[in-house]
Amino acid sequence: MSKKYDVIIIGGGPAGLSAGIYTARDRFQSLLLERGIIGGQIVNAEVVENYPGFPEGISGEELTRLMHEQATKYGLETVNAEVTGFEVSGKEKVVKTSSDEYTARVVIITGGSERQKLGIPGEDKYVGRGVSFCATCDGPFFAEKKVAVVGGGNAALTEALQLTKFASKVYVIHRRDQLRATKVVQERALAEGKIEFIWDTVLEEITGGDFVQALKMKNVKTEKKSDLTVDGVFIAVGLRPNTDYLKDVVPLDERGSVLTNERMETGVPGVFAAGDIRSSSGWQTITAAGDGAMAAISAGRYLSE
Amino acid sequence: MSSPVTVDGSNFEQFVMQSKTPVLVDFWAPWCGPCRMVAPVVDELAGEYAETVNFGKVNVDENPQIASRYGIMSIPTLIIFKEGKPFTNIVGFKPKAELKQSLDAALE
Repeated sequence: MSKKYDVIIIGGGPAGLSAGIYTARDRFQSLLLERGIIGGQIVNAEVVENYPGFPEGISGEELTRLMHEQATKYGLETVNAEVTGFEVSGKEKVVKTSSDEYTARVVIITGGSERQKLGIPGEDKYVGRGVSFCATCDGPFFAEKKVAVVGGGNAALTEALQLTKFASKVYVIHRRDQLRATKVVQERALAEGKIEFIWDTVLEEITGGDFVQALKMKNVKTEKKSDLTVDGVFIAVGLRPNTDYLKDVVPLDERGSVLTNERMETGVPGVFAAGDIRSSSGWQTITAAGDGAMAAISAGRYLSE
Repeated sequence: MSSPVTVDGSNFEQFVMQSKTPVLVDFWAPWCGPCRMVAPVVDELAGEYAETVNFGKVNVDENPQIASRYGIMSIPTLIIFKEGKPFTNIVGFKPKAELKQSLDAALE
């Protein structure tokens, strides 16, 4: 037997939570489905310094916990489950999880993104044994050890700086000779004595015994190969949208991101998308939250027609 | 109502290694956000599997030796022990349905 709602939100990060605040406050029966951690990617951030309203910064976990508390206060229901099936072509959308079935006239897709993998040998083998995608989670296990961070954006540099609290040495391996992180973050990383930058370099393989012991690298300009001895490697090369299951459901761009207009409409009536999952995402917590509110406003208009 | 037992050096041997039934041990630390997300799920499972599985929690900050003995380098890590030995290692947050599958597999 299907459980009926006005709005189903798929994904409980900042985009979904923000959408939930808005739809709940407009008295639409709203359900949020989250398969993993409420709060999404930003839960991994020890301090978020660029979300407006927090001059002293706030932890990703606390920020999203507050968002969730706010949405729940106005009536948003949350279920910890993974979506296994979808039917959105009709007026009543059907969303299935492994144990339940729900229907609603509106679906807001806020399934977010996940860390991109390098796709090199050793990466999967050593997850949890030296390969990590989260410095806040795993940094303390590398006290007095040498670690590497792969990437050149905010996530990579922020993780590298976090790791200097524990590690004796942090290498930042980047495939270009310029960083793309926010200038403030770049300045901090470049000034940090424990961080050594390895430019124009990519990883080819992660090797070791029971745990990671070394990285095989290649300089992309000189083609020269080299080895780096490390106890851990943190991969922060970017995010990819979680859209494998949406391939024939909503229009996607070449990257796999959901295409929407500025009103977060996907083109499929009653289906909206917001946050990291969509094509013109800004990849920030605030842009996700902004998208989520926009999607909810559009959904509200659609439901009132 | 069953809830996970706090396990440390003083009772690890008896609670985990000498248990006749499988034991799920939740390795966590106070500073780890995803660990806090896993905790209520583990609590629920402790209630649901009370008759057949024992549940314990090890704070890796307070018990670094136990953590390194089992090669813990990432948390949250859940280890399901069977006959005193690690049977399944689960690294990172996993939804309840997946954890149930792992528990059911250990009970076969």
